[in-house]
Amino acid sequence: MNSVYVYCEIDGTAVEEVSCELLTKGRKLAQQLGVKLEAVAAGSGITGHVEKEILSYGVDCLHVFDAPGLYPYTSKPHTSILVNLFKREQPQICLMGATVIGRDLGPRVSSSLTSGLTADCTALEIGSYDDRKTGQHYDNLLYQIRPAFGGNIVATIVNPDHRPQMATVRSGVMKAEKVAEYYNGEIVYEDVARFVPETDYVVRVLERFVEKSDSNLKGAPIVVAGGYGVGSKEGFDLLRQLADELHGEVGASRAAVDAGFCEHALQIGQTGVTVRPKVYIACGISGAIQHVAGMKESGIVISINTDPDAPINQLADYVITGSVEEVVPKMIKFYKQNSK
Amino acid sequence: MSLRIVVLAKQVPDTRNVGKDAMTPEGTVNRAALPAIFNPEDLHALEQALRLKDRYPGSTVHIVTMGPPRATDVIREGLYRGADGGYLLTDRAFAGADTLATSYALSQAIRKIGIPDIVIGGRQAIDGDTAQVGPQVAQKLDLNQVTYVVNVESVEQGKITCTRHIDGGIERVEAPLPILLTVTSGAAPCRPRNAKLLMKYKRALAPLEHPAEGLPYAEEYEKKPYLNIAQWSVADVDGDLAQCGLSGSPTKVKVVQNIVFKAKESKRLTAADADVEGLIKELLDSHTIG
Repeated sequence: MNSVYVYCEIDGTAVEEVSCELLTKGRKLAQQLGVKLEAVAAGSGITGHVEKEILSYGVDCLHVFDAPGLYPYTSKPHTSILVNLFKREQPQICLMGATVIGRDLGPRVSSSLTSGLTADCTALEIGSYDDRKTGQHYDNLLYQIRPAFGGNIVATIVNPDHRPQMATVRSGVMKAEKVAEYYNGEIVYEDVARFVPETDYVVRVLERFVEKSDSNLKGAPIVVAGGYGVGSKEGFDLLRQLADELHGEVGASRAAVDAGFCEHALQIGQTGVTVRPKVYIACGISGAIQHVAGMKESGIVISINTDPDAPINQLADYVITGSVEEVVPKMIKFYKQNSK
Repeated sequence: MSLRIVVLAKQVPDTRNVGKDAMTPEGTVNRAALPAIFNPEDLHALEQALRLKDRYPGSTVHIVTMGPPRATDVIREGLYRGADGGYLLTDRAFAGADTLATSYALSQAIRKIGIPDIVIGGRQAIDGDTAQVGPQVAQKLDLNQVTYVVNVESVEQGKITCTRHIDGGIERVEAPLPILLTVTSGAAPCRPRNAKLLMKYKRALAPLEHPAEGLPYAEEYEKKPYLNIAQWSVADVDGDLAQCGLSGSPTKVKVVQNIVFKAKESKRLTAADADVEGLIKELLDSHTIG
């Protein structure tokens, strides 16, 4: 009862990285609260393929739902699983990835349970809360922390009276760390038919085309990221040259993606990829908080910007005041000259 | 076959132009201080709805929006592009709603209109980026749902076929009506305003927008009922006050912080050759790059 739950996303028979990150975070929250960490895995033919991996993050109890209609994901069956499981188990917290699946499933579940849900959290903590209107004091609530509103603010959201407290978190925001290769948690194979009525299997997936992204942005040691200040697609070609020279990857801010300078997969920030490179070269990026949320744990930050007061300069180790088209070719030139 | 379609649309503050007074002390959005626009992905949703209307004659498209009186702009923009009508949900009791209370209000309005074949909206609004209201409305009305739609292909024999975005790719799905769809910016952009429709609807008003001294051209509004945009309060949609607005919102804002970056000691350089070369050498020497 009152455990911390993590909904694990299963692609085929593989546990998605974001779920491992959330299990790690869930473990910490559960320890702090003195409760169990439990996990849900739903899919087709997953029995025997996912248990060890999921338990290794310190899961005390894993609920496995294995039935033919549960993969590929569709909204209603997975919703029924969580709703009916949560009615029985009364968890206090439920975490899921802010992925296409998590953002389809989370709201449907929260609406059904009339619980609150906070999307795209960048930090989760446990703390107390005093309601100013009712004067009521609450301990051990989940602080759901997310940038909001054009990125000018960070809001801490709480969910005092409704359970579970639900939050989604983007891939890469938390770090995945195993507790033990063979963690001795309980595994419950649930009877899917008792959770999901036949009438839930209404959406048919006719075809799927999935390509694993050829960009290794998330794990790249060096990221050359461009913003609106890059000015054009051609400007991004220049960044690509620099990234190639440095054996890094190209990233972008939302402004650059919206302007059509590069594809959406390269977007770094709250609604994109989170990166932790050794070196982050921000080219023509002003540094809205949503962008910063996706790169603030970078090692060395170099900012190239015509505006000496761009917000990103405040977290930069090196600030080069100048235009991207002037500075980047020089970096390429001097790198070629000086590296062997 | 004709379809009844409801488009969920939101007027949003243009988050690209945010000033200091954008937030109230309670941590909710001070909408009055910001330019208001038609939420971009809702426009993509409207286009999908209008395409279905073009394709299946006799179909109707109605816009439902919740917000202050000026949110009626969203309905007019829809009318200018081919929508048949709209409903403005406006009431102080709706204010301060989180996504759950918002979806409650919208679902009550849709019930009142009568459950359509298709409810369609943008995936998310640019002020909150939560993507929650669509699925929550679907749940409350017990509709099937397909999110992240990039193209509606067809509706045949009570089943809709769409292409949707998934992580790392796309999939084609088929689902029975009635259904709720959310549409991303990957879908076709919305058509421009139609000049004839603009002329026809430019004086369309919700009751709250009527000037205090009475309507100019008052008879026109009697003769042309389509100029009267429906405006609904909590009571009009048989809403339960406890589920509306702030009181119907499980999530509370504990604290809002303005972002102050802790300034690092940064080295300031210029674009001069010597500066750039010095930096590259420094990074190479420390094996940071190389």
